[in-house]
Amino acid sequence: MEETPITLKGTADGILLKPRSYVWATVLEALERALKEAEAFFRGSRLIMELDNRELTQDQLTSLRALLMQYDIELWAVLSENETTVRLVRSNGVLTRLPKDSEAKKSPVDVLPAEQQALFLQQTLRSGQSIHYAGNVTLIGDVNPGAEIVAGGNIIVWGTLRGVAHAGAFGDEETAICALDLQPSQIRIAGYIGRPPDTRRGSAEPEIARIEGGQIVAEVWGRRG
Amino acid sequence: MAGKIITISSGKGGVGKTTATANLGLSLAMLGKRVTCIDADIGLRNLDVMLGLENRIVYDIINFIEGRCRFRQALVRDKRFPELFMMAAAQTRGKNSITVEDMTRVAREAAEISDYVLIDSPAGIEHGFRYAVAPADLVLIVTNPEVTAVRDADRVIGLLEAEELAPAQLILNRFKPELVRRNEMLDPDTVIDLLAIDLIGIVPEDSMVFVAGNQGRPVALDEHSRAGKAFRNIGRRLTGEDVPFEALRKQTFIQRLFGSR
Repeated sequence: MEETPITLKGTADGILLKPRSYVWATVLEALERALKEAEAFFRGSRLIMELDNRELTQDQLTSLRALLMQYDIELWAVLSENETTVRLVRSNGVLTRLPKDSEAKKSPVDVLPAEQQALFLQQTLRSGQSIHYAGNVTLIGDVNPGAEIVAGGNIIVWGTLRGVAHAGAFGDEETAICALDLQPSQIRIAGYIGRPPDTRRGSAEPEIARIEGGQIVAEVWGRRG
Repeated sequence: MAGKIITISSGKGGVGKTTATANLGLSLAMLGKRVTCIDADIGLRNLDVMLGLENRIVYDIINFIEGRCRFRQALVRDKRFPELFMMAAAQTRGKNSITVEDMTRVAREAAEISDYVLIDSPAGIEHGFRYAVAPADLVLIVTNPEVTAVRDADRVIGLLEAEELAPAQLILNRFKPELVRRNEMLDPDTVIDLLAIDLIGIVPEDSMVFVAGNQGRPVALDEHSRAGKAFRNIGRRLTGEDVPFEALRKQTFIQRLFGSR
């Protein structure tokens, strides 16, 4: 095969999967390889599959969902122009169109590799909401308790980070998490997990968290050596 | 002109949704408004008891939806205010007996004959919550100054925002100033800062609320109750009146509330 069997891309709406190969088993194998490689990133996210005019069968759809379930990924939408496929997908309770305002419709910046792209958001991220993105994430607003950001790159929160943030979810240990007020329930960088001390210091100051000497260390911005 | 449809919701149970609905219904009626309160908590009917109207129910919301009675027949008139009506939930049925379309139809019909329609939402974020908020022009989120209640309120606000439903305003219920002073309870600033929506009222903890609820005579009717006064003030704010917030705590908090106006 000349081409890769699938392309996989992080968008603000979820992971966008485009099968290239027409051999379904090959598509599934390639997808499983990709999921295994970055399990932490994909876990708990949702997937959008964009198809060409091919006809999807119930067996194919079922096998895809079974695979995704192993990684705790929701099959959120299947985009297709094939009417039989659309009917089948709908009867399985999966979206066939993305809600209005959805980010995935805007074409992602294809020229940059995924990990160098950035997602910019201006909102309060509330309990139960989560952002999974392959590149860097910048949020103007607060991340409330119960909300999470999982990024392949760095995470910058211009606000208070009270929820969960995971930077370097593909394993990049050079990434950082910054917030104007860093009081997360938990932060993760690559494979490391950090929890803030139980007693809070006084006033809020901007902080940056990184891996140093085998653990996550948070420092007040501007006070470095 | 059709009246305003306001849903009272919270996510978490037991924070005072039904108490708020009953008291706001009475508060608005006391201002001379035509009000219809709808109990949307199908299967766990409570609002009628709180309003002291339990023994007057003939038909309930499900009877109307299933075409067993006319709209007016399903309304119970309040014994104190002739312009206040209540539609009871069915006790023997479940939430799946109602669709989003059903509730929207009921709420719109009520709005035709009312200035305000108050919908008492079930707890949770499932189907019951969804049909209760669907017809709303405004959602009042009731929360307590407790971490779990605030977390659930945040989740509900997130759902309303994501689905571009009605705007939300906050009622902070069962607030205890002594506990905040001793640092044993979340203070209002922290809650408002976290939830980032407009505050429409703070209701202090008041043991009379329980007595009143049990007797079917909500505190809004009681001249001397602090909680009653807080609910009456929220009622006045809903009508567009600019009512200053009660001094529940130190002056700085009150100043901060008004600093932004």
